[in-house]
Amino acid sequence: MASVYFDGATRRHKGNARPSVDSVTLDIEDGEFLVLVGPSGCGKSTTLRMLAGLEPVDDGTIYIDGHDQRGVRPRDRDVAMVFQSYALYPNMSAEENMAFALRNAGMGKAEAHQRVLEAAKILELEPLLGRKPGQLSGGQRQRVAMGRAIVRQPKVFCMDEPLSNLDAKLRVSTRAQIAALQRRLGVTTVYVTHDQVEAMTMGHRVAVLNAGVLQQVDTPEALYDRPVNTFVAGFIGSPAINLVEAPVRDGQADLLGAPVPLQQRADAERVILGVRPESWTVGAQGVPVRVELVESLGAEAFVYGRPEGDPDGPRLTVRLEKKLRPEVGDVLTIAPVPAEVHVFDAESGQRLA
Amino acid sequence: MTAPPEISAPAPRSGPPAPVGKPPRRSGRPYGEWLLAAGLLLPNLLLLVLFTYRPLVDNIRLSFTDWNISAPVARYIGVQNYVAWFHDGNSHQVLLNTLIFTVATVGISMALGLALAMLLDQRLRGRNLVRSAIFAPFVISGAAVGLAFQFVFDPNFGMIRDLADRFLGVSVPDFYQQPGWALVMVTTTYIWKNLGYTFVIYLAALQGRRADLDEAAEIDGASAWRRFSKVLLPQLRPTTFFLSITVLLNSVQVFDIINVMTRGGPQGYGTTTLVYQVYRETFVNNKAGYGATIATIMFLILLVITVVQVRVMDRGMNS
Repeated sequence: MASVYFDGATRRHKGNARPSVDSVTLDIEDGEFLVLVGPSGCGKSTTLRMLAGLEPVDDGTIYIDGHDQRGVRPRDRDVAMVFQSYALYPNMSAEENMAFALRNAGMGKAEAHQRVLEAAKILELEPLLGRKPGQLSGGQRQRVAMGRAIVRQPKVFCMDEPLSNLDAKLRVSTRAQIAALQRRLGVTTVYVTHDQVEAMTMGHRVAVLNAGVLQQVDTPEALYDRPVNTFVAGFIGSPAINLVEAPVRDGQADLLGAPVPLQQRADAERVILGVRPESWTVGAQGVPVRVELVESLGAEAFVYGRPEGDPDGPRLTVRLEKKLRPEVGDVLTIAPVPAEVHVFDAESGQRLA
Repeated sequence: MTAPPEISAPAPRSGPPAPVGKPPRRSGRPYGEWLLAAGLLLPNLLLLVLFTYRPLVDNIRLSFTDWNISAPVARYIGVQNYVAWFHDGNSHQVLLNTLIFTVATVGISMALGLALAMLLDQRLRGRNLVRSAIFAPFVISGAAVGLAFQFVFDPNFGMIRDLADRFLGVSVPDFYQQPGWALVMVTTTYIWKNLGYTFVIYLAALQGRRADLDEAAEIDGASAWRRFSKVLLPQLRPTTFFLSITVLLNSVQVFDIINVMTRGGPQGYGTTTLVYQVYRETFVNNKAGYGATIATIMFLILLVITVVQVRVMDRGMNS
């Protein structure tokens, strides 16, 4: 177990004008489960690979347990990694795969076997130890890859989208298993994913990256409730938050005709308002919206529509309880809950209130 | 925007719905594919039968005759040629030469080819030039290489002699007079010429290998030797298998270099391999029946080796 500290870590790839990872500073506590999340190509995997030592750090540095990792080879960092592809050695059995690192470290056969058995018990892999990766299902391979990481009892786990090759049902159950396992073992874990549901459900804290730049590091709840900018607001939450540019008049923003009082920067000309799908109320006053699509999910429904009489207006998403089921073509009058509206600067996209 | 049509859940039905509109087009007659396959395969099969299997059968038939290549008729003599070959003292020498030459060329060219491929798979300055230089001899004719290496190994003014004399201060053996050294000479020449083949195939395999396994091994703390033996070599197994068969078949059939450099000598059979013996008996001694016998023996040896190789590799890949 160890703390991890990214100190302005930067990675530049040849031919790219902008760094793939741009001055990331990130403090990860001992035993913490931190999720790195962001869209494809945002630099989250590169950040993880820099921590594992598979990718050089061009500027800044990374500390593990307070030790500068510059010039330290991956094998000497005491970091275990679970790859997206699992990277299991196809010629070795599950047991040999799991014991490989232990044997490399000079551990005797009997002791390595014992350690593998312990890990296999936790992961319910005991009957599969003799099988080769080619004879295992995707979920079983994923567990062997996890087992290979935990037998080493490393300082840090690096997990690079380990669930992306599983089907939806298995992903949900494995998600919970990994989170529970991490809490049980207490090993500092950095987990990369592009799936915000994984990010929100697994980690103690979530770090959101965009274009190589760290946007916000916070608990899942705080990310959802107080996103620092429009990118985080738009990235976290499904369906996505409604972001609407609104002119400001007399200290109030005009959200498609519905007034929203502003606490700060009432002098700005324009702001961007963020309204989560569940932050609307349906009533007699507000924005009339022509319903274009209704997604019924049983307990709730998401309604998509545009302001009535403005077919080029912004598309709005509204979450409705079960009792309300409008039809396509209906007009629904909705108003934002003022206390739940996020206000962002129209130019920079940064949070104002 | 028009509203989508109303769709309600279908009423329960007892069978498939009645067809609406034209039925979909189905694939052609079932034997159409067979005809296509036959049409594509037949020309090749015909050539294979005419120019490979028919001569093979003819060769086996001739091995039971006393045919002199200049004579119009051949007489059936049973297994006399085979008995003669097994009793000929030189046959053992020829077999041993073939074995040494083949094992050395297959082993060394594969090991060296892999080592060079691993080296030149790294990001090194000028690696493309070196890659081309290693591959170039493979496209030169064996006769030309043999001729050039005659000068390299010349005991009086050859490059080897010059280098040994200048840097090591030792004299070199007479590669043309001593049978053992003559075999070393033709083997070295053959390896030099064909190294590019194993090199280029291994290089392609290395470039297609899984980078994530290398990274996993690096994180798992594997030493360079364990990364090579436990992670890289198993990935290269199909390539190694392919090379072991093709290099073996090519090595056993080498003729040009031996013919140009030593003509099977020195001292009679110093560098004579099975193929060279076939040539010598058939076209120098005119004993075509006897030559056919040696060719048949060679065919059987290669057949057995290849079958064993395939079995062993199959087992290795399945386990």
